[in-house]
Amino acid sequence: MMITVNEQAVYCYTNSRDIDPAKPNIVFIHGSGMDHCVWTLASRHFARHGNNVISLDLPGHGRSGGAPLATIEAMADWVIALLDTLKIEQAALVGHSLGSLIALESAAAHASRIRAIALVGTTSPMPVSDAILDAAKANDHSAFDMLTQWGFSKRHQFGGNRSSGIWMIGNTLRLYEQSGPDVLFHDMRACNDYQSGIEQASRVTCPALLLLGAEDRLTPVRSTQALQSALTSAKVEILPGAGHTIMVEAPNAMLDALHQVL
Amino acid sequence: MAASDYPGLDTLALHAGAQPDPATGARATPIYQTASFCFPDSDHAASLFNIERAGHVYSRLSNPTNAVLEERIAALEGGVGAIATASGQAALHLAIITLMGAGSHIVASAALYGGSHNLFAYTLPRFGIETTFVDPRDPQAFAAAIQDNTRLIFGETLGNPGLDVLNIPAIADVAHQAGLPLMVDSTFTTPYLIKPFELGADIIQHSATKFLSGHGIVIGGLLVDSGHFDWEASGKFPTLTEPYEGFHNLIFTEEFGPTAFIQRARKEGLRDFGACMAPTSAFHILQGIETLSVRMNRHVDNTREIVNFLMEHPQVDRVGYPELEGHPDQSLAATLLPKGCGAVFSFDLSGGRPAGIAFVDALNVFSHLANIGDAKSLVIHPASTTHHRMNAEALAAGGIGEGTIRLSIGLEDIKDLIADLKQGLRAAGKAAGGSRS
Repeated sequence: MMITVNEQAVYCYTNSRDIDPAKPNIVFIHGSGMDHCVWTLASRHFARHGNNVISLDLPGHGRSGGAPLATIEAMADWVIALLDTLKIEQAALVGHSLGSLIALESAAAHASRIRAIALVGTTSPMPVSDAILDAAKANDHSAFDMLTQWGFSKRHQFGGNRSSGIWMIGNTLRLYEQSGPDVLFHDMRACNDYQSGIEQASRVTCPALLLLGAEDRLTPVRSTQALQSALTSAKVEILPGAGHTIMVEAPNAMLDALHQVL
Repeated sequence: MAASDYPGLDTLALHAGAQPDPATGARATPIYQTASFCFPDSDHAASLFNIERAGHVYSRLSNPTNAVLEERIAALEGGVGAIATASGQAALHLAIITLMGAGSHIVASAALYGGSHNLFAYTLPRFGIETTFVDPRDPQAFAAAIQDNTRLIFGETLGNPGLDVLNIPAIADVAHQAGLPLMVDSTFTTPYLIKPFELGADIIQHSATKFLSGHGIVIGGLLVDSGHFDWEASGKFPTLTEPYEGFHNLIFTEEFGPTAFIQRARKEGLRDFGACMAPTSAFHILQGIETLSVRMNRHVDNTREIVNFLMEHPQVDRVGYPELEGHPDQSLAATLLPKGCGAVFSFDLSGGRPAGIAFVDALNVFSHLANIGDAKSLVIHPASTTHHRMNAEALAAGGIGEGTIRLSIGLEDIKDLIADLKQGLRAAGKAAGGSRS
């Protein structure tokens, strides 16, 4: 559905349903350069399991208007503004990569509004290489190529998608290609600049899940130790064989893990 | 890192879509010869039916062996997804019924495989879908034939049997300016010789029976989605952009983005029309694809030798191969098909129909049959077989004459192929009443 947040028309997928005040709410937040499509299986699943699902397109992404927001903090504030628009008092947040940092920041800065967080393919800090930043800034296709290739585990460079007939490399690349100019750069810079993640994680009190790909090459498991230590309430699930693009590489294991906090 | 860091064509041809079998460690993709798949519990079953989990329900809808083939061709073509179908014709039909219904219109090249021509000219009109056929060498003819109700532009990368080279970039521009997708049949070329998506095509159809498998032992088709076409911006495709009552008002573009077309094709067309591929066929086609580059190289090398032989033979009036000087598509072929123009071509024998029949009947290494793309060399007389339902005007539009012979050049020793052609030409000369040999 299209709604207005901060005077800007934006889109969120709700499984074609109105928000039911009697149901719990789950907000899905996509990663850099992506849109709500990455959460289709999970959104449909949790909608059938009695939840309101809101799979958003961040400003400037997918079907949402406006310009991309510059910082993780601004994106977290925007998520809260979206909840206000939908008259949702409290929600669980599921975020991938960039989206995971938004979920983390939201849970720390707006604790009363967030009942649980699931951080998928995450780490903090989340440094981005100069090669990717420079290419993204130049709107060079190589930025999409680097993220697509490093976004999958080595074994999934040849596919092996459990969703029949979908070439996961091609589909991911196409989603990046559909992002507007500068969108990926804004997202990657926001990830790179977000330095307060560990400090904010220590303030999180709601149930949390870290969902990590054992073969993640963008946010490797070994880089998450500080986050795991700071996020004391977190359960940690490491999915064998998965890289960074867990929604595609391990869709069923991800659903099973998400049920721990949703 | 750049696009060249992705696995190359030969590597993808061997590995794309496949992982060692998780149950046994088998390196080769197993044949999952089963109709159905067990559900661990009721919720899992419900989640599969509601597109929440990845997995298989029933082999008409999806099958693990077929899935490897589907990913492999999508990877080789640079697309987002694919569906394996019972035949190439099933793939073409699946694309059409996914995109349109009664009252729609297609603009198609006049130089098509006879089976495709039958579908467009005679069968689809019974279901309210009309086709206008145009000169494949004239992009403006495609533009001029577009109507308000046109929903698809269609052609073959190399026209059958005249090898008209489809100007994919120009015709894609025409299609896209009208908000329409361009679909191409790339059976003759395979992703080894041309990558239609890189040139602007939006959908690819293959008869996998031909060069992709190469062994002539299976019937199968593949439908591949580039993921590039913007169905919503076009506004002409409600099957993809409006709620589908047949799946709880699912809007395919909303939920699947770049894979909307191929998802709808599976969730509706494969489900309801049921023209799925048998898993054993998928296995056989996978074995063929593993050697695609090696075979296509040899196919093209042998073809070039035979084209040169026929060009110099006095009983041959014309050889239609786009690499030849004087061929109307020579320049375009050099641009779009630098690795070669395939291994199927036609030539005209002097002496007309009697000479053609005598030639075909006399061949020994070449097999007389209705197929192309086998590892074995093949021959056919189109006017009396594959294109016999076409009238003289339609035959002429497709570049087919009474004495036209179509060859599909295989992988045999070139000396044996040329020797066989020589004795066929001797028989043709006698039948025509001439003394040339």
